[in-house]
Amino acid sequence: MAKLHVTTTINGDPVEFLCEPHHTMLDVLRGSLGLTGSKEGCGSGDCGACSVTLDGRLVCSCLMLAAEAEGHQIRTIEGMAEGEMLHPLQQKFLEMAALQCGICTPGMLVAAKALLEHNQEPTETEVRYWLAGNLCRCTGYDKIVRAVLETAAEMRGAAR
Amino acid sequence: MTDIRYLAPRTLDEAVGAFAAAAGAARILAGGTDLLVQMKAGTVSPGLIVDIKKIAEMTTIEETADGGFCIGAAVSGAVLGEHPRFGKVWPGVLEAVNLIGSTQVQGRATAGGNLCNGSPAGDSVPAMIAAGAIVTVQGPKGRRQMSVEAVPAGPGRTNFAPGEILVAFTLPPRPKGSGDAYLRMIPRTEMDIAVVGCGVSLTLEKGICTAARVALGAVAPTVLLVEAAAKALVGTKLDAADLDTAAAACSASCRPIDDKRGTIAYRTKVAGVLLKRTAAIAADRAGKV
Repeated sequence: MAKLHVTTTINGDPVEFLCEPHHTMLDVLRGSLGLTGSKEGCGSGDCGACSVTLDGRLVCSCLMLAAEAEGHQIRTIEGMAEGEMLHPLQQKFLEMAALQCGICTPGMLVAAKALLEHNQEPTETEVRYWLAGNLCRCTGYDKIVRAVLETAAEMRGAAR
Repeated sequence: MTDIRYLAPRTLDEAVGAFAAAAGAARILAGGTDLLVQMKAGTVSPGLIVDIKKIAEMTTIEETADGGFCIGAAVSGAVLGEHPRFGKVWPGVLEAVNLIGSTQVQGRATAGGNLCNGSPAGDSVPAMIAAGAIVTVQGPKGRRQMSVEAVPAGPGRTNFAPGEILVAFTLPPRPKGSGDAYLRMIPRTEMDIAVVGCGVSLTLEKGICTAARVALGAVAPTVLLVEAAAKALVGTKLDAADLDTAAAACSASCRPIDDKRGTIAYRTKVAGVLLKRTAAIAADRAGKV
């Protein structure tokens, strides 16, 4: 079976790769592209550890075929910091210890960033519903939710 | 996983041609939130995947001149939710579509896929049936239209002819004083499959219900249009006794299964309870238009 040739943009950079038709975006990110920040938890769209954005929209990369990336813009956790400069959410997760084992963290950060781009002043309820598709098996949800709310408040302050 | 082909045609004719030529070995890829899970679990192994998201007609939402809506089968829940008008005209359909899965799933999952997946518990299906939505399908023999309630044939099965693809949903214009709503019973607050789902759409004139449609999910092998419940509402002021009659009609229509999410007795009772609550929300919305 001939491999598919896909031309896409990942974290702002043009990228080309070859994949099998059944490969998911997550397979390709973690495999041939070596971007292992996105994690495979369930592989069925339940846990959100593989969260990326596709043209700015939050999706599970395990529920997307790699071939579907053709001509689109993908952003992953690897594109969140700017060089050594952490994104405010990353910084706040560290400061507030909003992680335990860390497996869910990349997905939480990508999902939280998508939330704050869409809603700069989320309520706690809105944060919890938005992140309902990101599971933390250490069950450290409270610190994660507080870190997202705190970051949102700081980013609003900085924008003023 | 051997010998899968992937196609992303730009026209519906190409998609129908390839889909029909594969004679049952092909699967349509819209949001993929069911298909990729089924492929991973090994319950389906398609020889051909036809991605319909590059076809303009499949991915657009159009408000027609008469005030109806046409929604492409590959429009995601998130995109539908961002439409400036749709949720104002059809809040019940939108809340049902937006109940499907997480934020991530909403970014991909479509009402078209929800219907074609054939689950009796699909959240958008009762709301679409209550809305009186019509689907357009296209196959090797051309186009035809059918009501949404005529699509499901049983769990995981539809009444589409071989080679037919779901193209779009058409929702009718709304008379003044109309409202719709969808409620589902799940044991938690998010991320679960309906134990019972109920969609109601109705029209009020001077406090009298002049038209109604009621649909129930997860209480039979297919989503049900409950005409007896609608009949019990029409001509009334939706007083408690009228709602009791309609609720009894809902319970009487149930042919559910016993499973870990709910027993037959529980689903049957909850169907009536949900009818009353859903009708109250739809009536409240109708009064505000």
